Amino acid sequence: MECENILLVQAEFDGELDAAEALRAAQHRQGCAECRDAYAQLSATHALLSESAPRYRAPESLSRAIRAGLSVTRSASTPSPRPARSWWRDGMSFGLGAALAASIALLIIAPAQQSLLDQLVASHVRALQPGHLEDVVSTDQHTVKPWFDGRIDFAPPVKDLAAKQFPLLGGRLDYVNDRAVAALIYGSDKHLIDLYVWPISKEGGSSGPAPRTATRNGYNTVHWSDNGMEFWAVSDLEASKLSEFVRDWRASG
Amino acid sequence: MSSVEFEAAVLPHLDAAYNLARYLTRNPVDAEDVMQEAVLRAATYFSGFRGANPRAWLLQIVRNTAYASRALVRGAVTVALPGEEPGAPTAPELIDRGDDPEMALRKREDHARLKRLLAALPVELRETLVLREIEELSYKEIAEITQAPIGTVMSRLWRARRMLSAAVQAEEGR
Repeated sequence: MECENILLVQAEFDGELDAAEALRAAQHRQGCAECRDAYAQLSATHALLSESAPRYRAPESLSRAIRAGLSVTRSASTPSPRPARSWWRDGMSFGLGAALAASIALLIIAPAQQSLLDQLVASHVRALQPGHLEDVVSTDQHTVKPWFDGRIDFAPPVKDLAAKQFPLLGGRLDYVNDRAVAALIYGSDKHLIDLYVWPISKEGGSSGPAPRTATRNGYNTVHWSDNGMEFWAVSDLEASKLSEFVRDWRASG
Repeated sequence: MSSVEFEAAVLPHLDAAYNLARYLTRNPVDAEDVMQEAVLRAATYFSGFRGANPRAWLLQIVRNTAYASRALVRGAVTVALPGEEPGAPTAPELIDRGDDPEMALRKREDHARLKRLLAALPVELRETLVLREIEELSYKEIAEITQAPIGTVMSRLWRARRMLSAAVQAEEGR
């Protein structure tokens, strides 16, 4: 049978008592053999644990991934452009950490503070993570186009450019500027192109038919509008190749 | 919400968080998965965090993440082989270079045995013991992290210590 004061004695041992209570616990121990033994046992266990129980250190890759993710949020909120060599490629060297870094970057930047460009690049980066790429996987435009029916309130134009070395890989729904948009996914060798499409809003101006290019965190983007739709192409393809994709896309029926 | 604040809240406590994840899951692979998920949750909830104790906040997220994963069930089965662990335990550093080989061997055996006996404790006792003895947290912090009343923390701590020392004595007595 254990002494009813055992938890008091333990609290004394753990330094959890104020002076008056600690004195009471110590006085109790003087007259209670059980609690004296218990106190000695607490000391022995404590000594054993501090001598032999490992304290594991977080893998370096984890803190690196967090720092990498956070550095993106800083670069995104400052106006100075970052060099194209980016955290994302640094991230590649530590495997899963890259996905973590990217996700932290997405989560820590509040969407309201992000420019449209930031949001699109963030969405593209998120889509590159395993299992997130396509909602509908098909190289057939006649499969991809109907898939969007009922999922969004407009019908995005879907074209396959396999003949031009930009095969259609699939599509997915995404959310940009608080609205659902269509994202068409194209391949180019080992690279991926996200083509975001949504109807031109009345208040938000469009860029007009002439494509405009921009770069963010090492990703190239091309923005244009056609037939009442806005288009944003986002990829890590080099700028000239992405412009070629845009030309071919617009030229094809 | 600032990334500087997030960094200041999370990075200093990463070792404590990982250590808890390791003891909860009992293997490095699951611990890393739990940490990835926990850090993402931390980033998600960070805007709502107004507390004074980021360490307890982070450890609570780690604990909840571990409990939500299947790692606690699985941990007993997938035990990593020695030398395979990405998060290098600090304990081997306790082995003095000056120790003679026999002494060094005995210390290594002590580490391995203690690790095994700790792993065998029920999870709610194990986490309480680790937070108190290794992280040296107060009862109040442990109560916050494990979402239990302080009285429960105290009795769990007592049971954990008693079970561990009984197990050690049983092995030494053989």
